[in-house]
This record gives sequence, structure tokens and C-alpha cells, in this order.
Amino acid sequence: MSMPPTSSKGRIVLVHLYPREMSIYGDLGNTRCLAARIRRHGYDVEVHDHHPGMPFPQDAHLLMGGGGQDSGQSRVEDDLAVIGDRLRGLAADGTPMVMICGMYQMFGHAFITSDGVELPGLGILDVTTRGQSTRMIGGIVLDTPWGEVVGFENHSGATMLGSGQAPFGTVRVGHGNNGQDHTEGARTHNVIGSYLHGPILPANPAVADALIAAAAERATGRPFEPEQVDDALADEARTRQITRLRARGTGKLKDTAVH
Amino acid sequence: MLRTSAAIIAGKTLRYAARLRGGGSALPGLVAERVDPQILARTLASVPGGIVVVTGTNGKTTTTKMLAAIIAAHGKHVFTNPTGSNFTRGVLSAMLGEIGLGGRLQADVAVLELDEWHALQFAKLVTPTHALLLNVARDQLDRFAEIDTTAKLLATLAGQTSQVVVLNRDDSFVFRIAEGLSGKEIRYFGVDPEIADQVPALNEADVRFEDAATPPPPTTDDGLLHPVDTRDFAIRFGPAEQVGPLALRQRGLAAMVNATAATTMARAVLGADFRTDLTEAALRTVTAPFGRGEVIDVDGHPLELVLVKNPAGFTVALSTYGAEPVATMIAINDDYADGQDVSWLYDVSFASLREHGVAMTSGVRAYDMALRLDYDEVLVEQIEPDLAGALDGFLAAYRGQPTRIFCTYTAMMALRKLLAARFGLAGFAQEGE
Repeated sequence: MSMPPTSSKGRIVLVHLYPREMSIYGDLGNTRCLAARIRRHGYDVEVHDHHPGMPFPQDAHLLMGGGGQDSGQSRVEDDLAVIGDRLRGLAADGTPMVMICGMYQMFGHAFITSDGVELPGLGILDVTTRGQSTRMIGGIVLDTPWGEVVGFENHSGATMLGSGQAPFGTVRVGHGNNGQDHTEGARTHNVIGSYLHGPILPANPAVADALIAAAAERATGRPFEPEQVDDALADEARTRQITRLRARGTGKLKDTAVH
Repeated sequence: MLRTSAAIIAGKTLRYAARLRGGGSALPGLVAERVDPQILARTLASVPGGIVVVTGTNGKTTTTKMLAAIIAAHGKHVFTNPTGSNFTRGVLSAMLGEIGLGGRLQADVAVLELDEWHALQFAKLVTPTHALLLNVARDQLDRFAEIDTTAKLLATLAGQTSQVVVLNRDDSFVFRIAEGLSGKEIRYFGVDPEIADQVPALNEADVRFEDAATPPPPTTDDGLLHPVDTRDFAIRFGPAEQVGPLALRQRGLAAMVNATAATTMARAVLGADFRTDLTEAALRTVTAPFGRGEVIDVDGHPLELVLVKNPAGFTVALSTYGAEPVATMIAINDDYADGQDVSWLYDVSFASLREHGVAMTSGVRAYDMALRLDYDEVLVEQIEPDLAGALDGFLAAYRGQPTRIFCTYTAMMALRKLLAARFGLAGFAQEGE
């Protein structure tokens, strides 16, 4: 734990989308992690919980959304239709966002249920998800532009990337988007969609800091001015888990379709 | 009848063989179930005083133990399944030891602990007369997938119960089940409104939605918990009838709520035979089941082993024990029985540990636990993934002081074995599952 400097470098507004409805797999941990790291980097943070029906905040420098149950998703659909244009505008303008599991799916073009019903999404990420009867569950290791990332996946939706859509990472151990093409998640501008729980950010601080860097620039108009943050615990937790998962493997992925 | 006898002999033989090998509690039940799938239904049909099913996410084992003790204290012969074997086959296995070849179970009342899914499988074979539905919380989502699904399982079970359903009036997932029920009596248990502010700590608020639903006002058949202090409490049925005040051997608000649930159900099962004095005596003597507030004597000083398995349970444990801080170790494994996804640790607030810190984190996910504590600004003195090394280091550093270990299931199993070896507790590690 490093001590934050005494004078603030600026104020970052962190918006947690639907913390009641879409926050079931420890997603709150991502918000806790971002808020703590923003402070440790010497910035002030204002965490804004956005609930369905509430006005969306004027300033929004960093957005976090999590996984939910079917009942939770149906409760936020109407609100997403209301704030959809705003979210699309913020995404196109480079606002950093991390959307996990259910919210990742809803940021895509559509979710097609196992009965064939097509539920439209926001279309911020060029992905389409189909409901399946089997769940993809287990530890997962990715290669990403921010190094190796580890987490836990638990989803029944199989997600396909549109042509030209960049994944968040390449699967080294686990299932990823669909268990077939070795991709995991999606990334457009500064928006990251991913299935990784864990939660993803505390044990993968490089991803958290990339989001914070973009948020700090938007909030202050200046380049990110990071502090030296001691990540020894996160590094140890991450590398130990990666070592375990690599040793165990899953044996379920074909070795041919490496991207 | 011939087929039942053959099934019982086959099952009994296997039960004996399994005992000789020193293993498996569910295997004999599995064999008997294959030979005669109706064996459970036929045998339990001969139990005259009721078939009571206890289910829900947290507190099943404690509540079942309390309920069986209360009914037994009223002079009834109670058939119950042993701790942890809360599957249909476990019930059969337990039953085979108690029945004659004629298939008759020597019991007045059956009190059965079943997990949410197996309760429903059980109800397909046997109609429960009474169902006690405790709560719905997230427990290893990688198994049940969704909390809504779990709530639906409980509602279905309630619909299949023939006489009395007892519901938790403080859990909206549970009391709402009453809306869809007809043709059976509904009773409730809960905490007195005077401590209503503590209820959120018992429930998982983050997955409950704000809505207008409220349970009906309590009647004189609904047990309400009135805590006196952290140890003593009373259970009131209207203004005229009270069980207690008394103290349990197990600590904490969650155990008091379990006692309230068990007493409300016992009163429904026993009817006019229910007596407050016998109930008080039974509740005073029930010992903590495996891993729930267990206290081990380490050179004259108490070591408390506290099982944590989901956010609601860990939050309740921290609020229960937080009033009396002692040197603390936390051991987190991630096997199937622990929950493989450790994300749930981020749905627990550890702020209550900030003042005194945590002496040791251990288990396969020792570093993830330390990282979690770091984000709540709780200082961790040592991290040692190896449980034996951690236990020795922890007890050596805090020799002559009370200590406490919060641990997940497989970490607890390993720690109990180590403690049995270190402190010569005969039979200690074998108890429970």
C-alpha cells in the first residue's frame, strides 16, 4: 500500500452501472479496485452508482458494469434503451469502460436465446451472443496487450466477434468467448468487454491502470501522472494462479485455430 | 414387499461392507435406490408424526440439529440424516441402519436436511408433511448457476408439501413463496422489528431488488427472535408465549435465527404437545455442528474454527465475531466444495478487521485473500499458502492467546486433521462428514 500524495491531481468520476441488478460475481470488486487505485495514484474519485430510471451523470470518466441473472438483465433493458445514445457517444469519444459477463453481452449487437428470440444490445462492441445449454466454467488465462491476465469464467452464452472486431485477449487456458476460436472478450476504442470474473481487475492491475490512465486524461486534459503503486500481492496472486492453471490445462481447446 | 426386503438386505449388506472399509455414506443408499426406487416412499410412509424437510442456503445443518433435538426432548423418536449427507441417498443410507427387514422405520417423526435441489428430488418420491425454508443466498454459483433458480426450487417444494410450510419473513425470496401457495398452513419465523437493522447483514442485499412486498403481520404461531444481548435471546409467539431467555452453545445472530426457525417448526409439528420448558432445555444443550462456531482447546486457550462458504455467511460470521476481536487467520481454498470462483470474497466487507489486522492468510488462494484485505486496508502480517506451516506459525506467534480461523470447507477439513494430530483430539477429525 503506498500513501497517496497530499494534493489531488484531479477528480475522476467512476460510474458503476446497475450495482444492484448487474453485480453478482464479485463485480463490486472491480469498482473497489478502480476507486482505491485512483486514490493511490493521487487523484480524487467519485463513485456514482447508476440505477435504472436515474438520470445519467453529467461527468462520466470511467464506467464499470458487471454480470447479472436473467431477472437482473430484464430490469435494466429499459434503462439501457434510455441511456444507450449517451453510452454510445461516450464509447466513441474514448471513454474507458470495462463490461463483464452480462453487461459485455448487452454491449454487443444482440443476444439470441436458445429459443431463437433475438434481444437487441447496444451495439458498442461488434459481437453477437447465443444462449447455450452448457455452461463454460473454470479458470482462464489470456494473453492481452497488458500482459497475461487470469480470472474465472462462468457463462452459458457463446459469443462470436464480428469481422474486424478485436478480442480483449487470446485464450491460453480455458474457453473464452465460445470455446472454439481462442478469443476472449472484445475491445473497441477504450471499451473492454470480457467474461472474466475473479474479479478481473484486482489481480490484473495493469488492465486497471490502463483504464485509469485513459480516465485521468479525460478528466484532467493532461497525460496520466501515475504514482508508484506496490502490486507485489497482486503479482504473486496472479502468477501463482497462472502457473496452476497452465499446469492443469483444460484439454478442451483445439490447438489449430491460434490467432 | 418382497422387492423392498431384497432392496433392504442388499443395502444393509453394503452398508456393513462400507463400514468395514471405513468409507462412503451414500453408496449403500445408492444400491437400495436402484433395487427399489419406491423404498424411500414406502418406508417413510410408516412414520406417523410427520416428514419434515429443512432446506435453504445457510443454516440447514444447525437448524436440523436443533429441530431434531427439540422434538426428541418431547419424548418422540426422531429419524434424521447425519450432518452433511443432505442428499436423497444419504437419507436412504441413514435409514437402512434403523429399519427392520419388514421395512418399518422405528420413528415418530422424520426430520431431514436436504439441499435445495435434492429436496425437490426427494419430494418427487415422498410428500413432505412439513417444509422449513430458511433463506436463499448465493452458494457456489458455479453449481446452482442462479439465485432465482434456487428460489424457484424452494417454491416448488413448498407447493408439494401437504400440511405446513414455515417461511422466513425477513427474506423476500422466501416469504414471497406464500403468494403461490394454497391448501396448506403457512407460518413464519423472523427477527423482531426492534433488531430489523441487523437483517441486511444476514441477507445478500446486492441481489435483492427494492419492491413493495412485505410479509403479513405476525400471528401467535409465528416465532419472533428477541435478542437480549450477544448470547441470550428469547423467541416469542404473540404476547403470551415465550421460549427463553436462554443461551445457545453456538454463538451469533445467525444461530439465534436458526433456533427461532427450528422452534417455530417444532411447535407446528408437535401441536398441543409443544412445551416451552422442554424446548429451552433442548436448545441449551445442542452442540455446534461441524465447523459452525466450533471451539478447540489449544493449551488452555480457545481456537475458534469458523466455516465460511458464501458472502452472506462470511458477512454474518464477521459481524458475529467482530465484537470480540482476537488474533485471526483466514484460509481460502478453491476446490469444488469451497467454490472454485473466489470472486465472492469481494462481496464481503472486511472493514471490521481493519483495527486489529489479520495475522495470517493461508490456503491455495492465500495471496488472493491478502490482496482482497489490502483493498479494504486491512494489514496482513504473514502469508503462507501451506496450511500446516501457516497453522504452526500462527499458533506459535499467538501462543497463550485466544485465536480464530475463518476457513473454506476443504481448508477446514485439512486444519481439523492437523489439529487432531497436534492436540490429540481422539475422533475429532472423523466427526462430521
